[in-house]
Amino acid sequence: MARSLLLTIHILGILCFAYIVAKRLAPLARAERDLRFDHPLTRIGKVFKFWLGQWRHPRYKFAGTTHILIFSGFILLAARAFFVLIVGVNQDFVMPGLSGRIGHLYDIVTDYAATVVFLCMAIAAIRRLVFKPARYAVPAKYGKGHTADAIFLLGLIAILMVADSLFAASHSLQGPPVETLATLSLPWMLQIALASSSLATISAFGFAAYLIHELAFYFLLCYRPFGIQFHVETSLFSIYFAKLERGTLKPVRWGISDDRLDQVKSFGVKKFEDFTWKHVLDFYSCADCGRCADNCPANAAGRPLAPRFLTTKAREYAFQHYPVFGKANNGKPLIGNVYSEDEIWSCTTCGACEEECPLLIEYIDKVVDLRRGMIDDGNVPQSLQRPMKALESRGNPYGKMEKKRGDWTKSPEFQNNCDVKILDGKRTADTLYFVDSITSYDDRMQSIGRSTSRILDHIGEDFGVLGPAEKDSGHDVRRFGEEMLFLALRDHNIDAVKASGAKRIVTADPHAYNAWRHDYKDVPPVEHISQVIARGVNAGKIQFNQIANEEKVFVYHDPCYLGRHNQIYDDPRTVLDAIPGLKRVEMTRSRDRSFCCGGGGLMLFYEPKEEQRMGVLRVRMAAEAAANVIVTACPFCMVNLEDAIKVAGMEGKMSVIDLTELVDKHIMRGSCTETQKLEEAATCGG
Amino acid sequence: MEILVCARRVPDTSENEITLNAEGNDIERDELVYSVNEADNYAVEEALRIRDRFGGTVTVVTVGGEEDEEVLRRQLAMGANQAALLSDDGFSGSDGRGIATILKGFVQKGHYDLILTGVQAEDGAAQVGGMLAAMLDYPFASLVNSISVENDKLIVSREIEGGNKEINEIELPCVLAIQTGINEPRYVGMRGIRQVASVPIPTLGASDLGVNPATVGAQVAKVKRIDYFVPTLDSGAEMLHGSREENAEKIIELVAAKGGLK
Amino acid sequence: MPRIFAYIQHKNGVVDESAPDLLAAARKIDANTLPTAIFTGFGADLDTACSSVKSLYSEIWKVGNEVLNHPNAELVRQALVAILPRGSILLLPHDHFGIDLSPGLSVKLNAAFVPDVLAIGPIEGESLSLVRQEYGGQVSVHVRCDASLGAVISVRPGAFKAEASAATGVIVDKSSEVGVLTARRRYIETIVAEAGDVDITKHNVLVSVGRGIQEKDNIVFAEELAEVLGAAVSCSRPVVDAKWMEKSRQVGSSGKTVKPKVYLACGISGAFQHLAGVKGSPFIIAINKNPKAPIFQVADVGIVDDILEFLPELIRKVRESRGIAA
Repeated sequence: MARSLLLTIHILGILCFAYIVAKRLAPLARAERDLRFDHPLTRIGKVFKFWLGQWRHPRYKFAGTTHILIFSGFILLAARAFFVLIVGVNQDFVMPGLSGRIGHLYDIVTDYAATVVFLCMAIAAIRRLVFKPARYAVPAKYGKGHTADAIFLLGLIAILMVADSLFAASHSLQGPPVETLATLSLPWMLQIALASSSLATISAFGFAAYLIHELAFYFLLCYRPFGIQFHVETSLFSIYFAKLERGTLKPVRWGISDDRLDQVKSFGVKKFEDFTWKHVLDFYSCADCGRCADNCPANAAGRPLAPRFLTTKAREYAFQHYPVFGKANNGKPLIGNVYSEDEIWSCTTCGACEEECPLLIEYIDKVVDLRRGMIDDGNVPQSLQRPMKALESRGNPYGKMEKKRGDWTKSPEFQNNCDVKILDGKRTADTLYFVDSITSYDDRMQSIGRSTSRILDHIGEDFGVLGPAEKDSGHDVRRFGEEMLFLALRDHNIDAVKASGAKRIVTADPHAYNAWRHDYKDVPPVEHISQVIARGVNAGKIQFNQIANEEKVFVYHDPCYLGRHNQIYDDPRTVLDAIPGLKRVEMTRSRDRSFCCGGGGLMLFYEPKEEQRMGVLRVRMAAEAAANVIVTACPFCMVNLEDAIKVAGMEGKMSVIDLTELVDKHIMRGSCTETQKLEEAATCGG
Repeated sequence: MEILVCARRVPDTSENEITLNAEGNDIERDELVYSVNEADNYAVEEALRIRDRFGGTVTVVTVGGEEDEEVLRRQLAMGANQAALLSDDGFSGSDGRGIATILKGFVQKGHYDLILTGVQAEDGAAQVGGMLAAMLDYPFASLVNSISVENDKLIVSREIEGGNKEINEIELPCVLAIQTGINEPRYVGMRGIRQVASVPIPTLGASDLGVNPATVGAQVAKVKRIDYFVPTLDSGAEMLHGSREENAEKIIELVAAKGGLK
Repeated sequence: MPRIFAYIQHKNGVVDESAPDLLAAARKIDANTLPTAIFTGFGADLDTACSSVKSLYSEIWKVGNEVLNHPNAELVRQALVAILPRGSILLLPHDHFGIDLSPGLSVKLNAAFVPDVLAIGPIEGESLSLVRQEYGGQVSVHVRCDASLGAVISVRPGAFKAEASAATGVIVDKSSEVGVLTARRRYIETIVAEAGDVDITKHNVLVSVGRGIQEKDNIVFAEELAEVLGAAVSCSRPVVDAKWMEKSRQVGSSGKTVKPKVYLACGISGAFQHLAGVKGSPFIIAINKNPKAPIFQVADVGIVDDILEFLPELIRKVRESRGIAA
């Protein structure tokens, strides 16, 4: 009779779970397609690294370690759980491969595993209730907090562990012979507790524990898809299907090539069903850990954006409109009902959220898709309309004349010692220096253009610029959702580069670098100037004079599109460390944890609702690191940080310099490839 | 409500310095970028909003040549229902009165409840709307910064001195000249324009409009431009040429001397 | 010689300050002319207004009618069309009312129309030479006008400097000649602009920002400077259109009129609509990146510099000089 009861619970539990999962899969079936079935081996590799290896978790040491223990415990306990479930129905069941000594060893290991998981539940609960880490908090406008739900789940898992241990304890006592359980483990302690009871009591406890275990197991199984714990099942898939390449954007529609875009009726994401199935899977997979929002610079600045809530709000929407019990119903447009416009325009696409997420959930593609939808509806903030119009008519967001784009090369003192070739069809060069709009037109940033040219000149590079033939790379036009304008700019630039005959491209602008590397296809290889300089330094071709200001303390700020998106962290540091006498420190938030300066491209024109500027937060971080000069390798970082210094009232205490400007100031000029000429260089250099 | 908006293609002057051409008889137009007159764009947006609330159609029209079609297409992409180009050799050289005469011909071919223009274009004349209204004998209001529809009348607010607003009731059909800032125009992107690329824009000449060529064009224009010039800067500011620091110090001195610093 | 008229507005019996300017403009057309002033209105206020220009104009036409109590361009037009001799030249200011009235009036009079004129030459036969501006004041234009059938000319406020005049004006009541005035536009009320948190008209020093401030976030520089100077921040129209500041801070013909002692124009081009709001000849300091900005023609002191660079420096120096910590 007991067997039939347990068997019934099994069947009901499994059927329930299958039904729930089927209902949860429904929106994925209605969603847009997403081509994620390529490179299976690479994907499996990622599963090993991020899922099995829990690679991202240690970034938050305490929570990460706790989770690794819980996860490992679950993995180890998987086979045991399976065994326990079956053995109630088939008492002679033995796990294949886990009989005899190996089986016994496995039991010991899992005894400890259950204990550890149980302790971790207690630790996690205490953390939630007593220490209340800030990143778990839910601001009132987003709804109620998730603590109650979290405690409920932790409690259930704890009960599962206790039930499992109690069952193991009672099972061991019913022998014969009495099994030895792992010393000091939970089952071991329960065994001692039960040891003096009668066989009937032990058997009763055993049965009760078994029943509780089975009920708890199936309840959890069926409950998980209703909340954050669904990630237990979906994480494997969200990681397997994760994006393989950094710095890229999903196309407007997978499977529709650029030239067929005119046929697409609606661009971007306007309603929930416009998301791809992978995006919906992402919504399910979020564990609400808050790490993304904790690292989001927009969130820190007080903008109405926190990536975590982009996901949780979408998940709530999915649960409401595709309920497990009830009919699917169509909802209203997302913008204005689930998301606010400012929320979506606030993102600088810095990638800090994606860098942090242990489940590899993607955000940038979703934000860009939502922006595409708004643009398609003509819903663009007024402050962005002018620069977009200017990009369309003039190829730069400032509305300045195209013919003046190369004028920065023509300032007299500069032209005398460095004549920059304009590749206008009559002149060609091996290397194209792609300058991009801000460096071409902004009075302050033109200095980066000149420094970069002098450096290329110094290392003997045969290079030129496109001058008036160059248009904005379109990198941020694309990330603001104006795909058609981006394509027009891209096609123009690719033609111009082909006409120039250049075999490689160099740029000092990380946004342009990312565009050429990831947004443009079938183009010559591109490098960032920091890579070129580092190579020169390593080969001994570039040498530096002693640092001009010995008492200054320098700190390098990793630009988002050089660092996180393209993983170039070391080259700029190599260059800085090669300057004799340069004192350098690191900010706490450096490398892949770098804090966005405020954004580039069209972001400079957007007027966000925020409490503080991101740049101000960043220059304060530099001051905290005891630095007084920030070195950066991106003109947008330069603009934002210099501005921030003024706004924060830190003039005189903090300054910013571009890597190229610093290098240009300190390069040992004259012939410096042979040591005997160093003396000569020292006298004629600089 | 059937709404007509009269638009104009003008050089984009916000970032680009307007300079004189070599002959001095016009501005240098070679490198100019053109777009729809800003106030007209606000007018189209307002028309679209009224249509979307109360029904009807929005027609956009301009007087000019082939190169002005792009402005019409952009307004179609913005959401206007139809557009027309009023073009004829005989129209060239028309003064404001001539332009209004041409537009009147178009208005009388259809039936429009509301006619909108922008307050002024690049020549700062602010004349066509008022002239058109007088020719049609429609009531007129200029510098309109808000419109609300009440049955068959409009309540419009006019911008007057001191930032104050003058509220008027005006009967339909009427002509209104729209001031910038009345609304927030929607964005028109490349995609929108491509989607209306094949919408036909009819071109109408003098005979199509029933306009007597003797009433328009250069020969009857009473107001003509002779030449453009840039006045020499005679007296003017005393320019400071020191370093930024020196200039700042000088400013503080001056402000204090003039009773500015307490 | 066509007869020259000047249409003069008034409010509560106080005559618009364009009255003497229109006289000066008329003299430019014909040095010996005795132009006639025209007033419309109703009641005692109208009488007061007419009387107050007796020393400027030798003949003053008064058109009194109840419906003309509040100036309605449609009704005023009808009245003027009824009384003006054809072939006359009518002068009026290019202001909010002038813009409303003059184009339609010129059509009904079948006269030529030249708006926003800065200079007029003496009439030669039936031809007038005038100067206008285009492209926001970036270029000037010589214009010729055929005044054979008369002309309506609106003049740029402040462009014609009033001269001395010793007339002995006679008031002629033309009220009965206008007939019944009806219009399909009706005045309802005037809504006075909200006071706003700061009344810029009460400050002695104004730090005024224009488009050159580039973005809303940069207004903080102006605010800081204003704070250390004990001044208030005002702005030009584009700043209000972009919604970076409240309308109550706008200086100009469609904003507030201010009379400070010192006016710092930061990143303001100097369009006349803005300067029209600055009265009382304050000391004007202009900072602008563009050396050709029209503001430098009217400022007392000018600096060619980027305000985003200059203002922080200025703030620093003011703090230094006053010993204020940052």
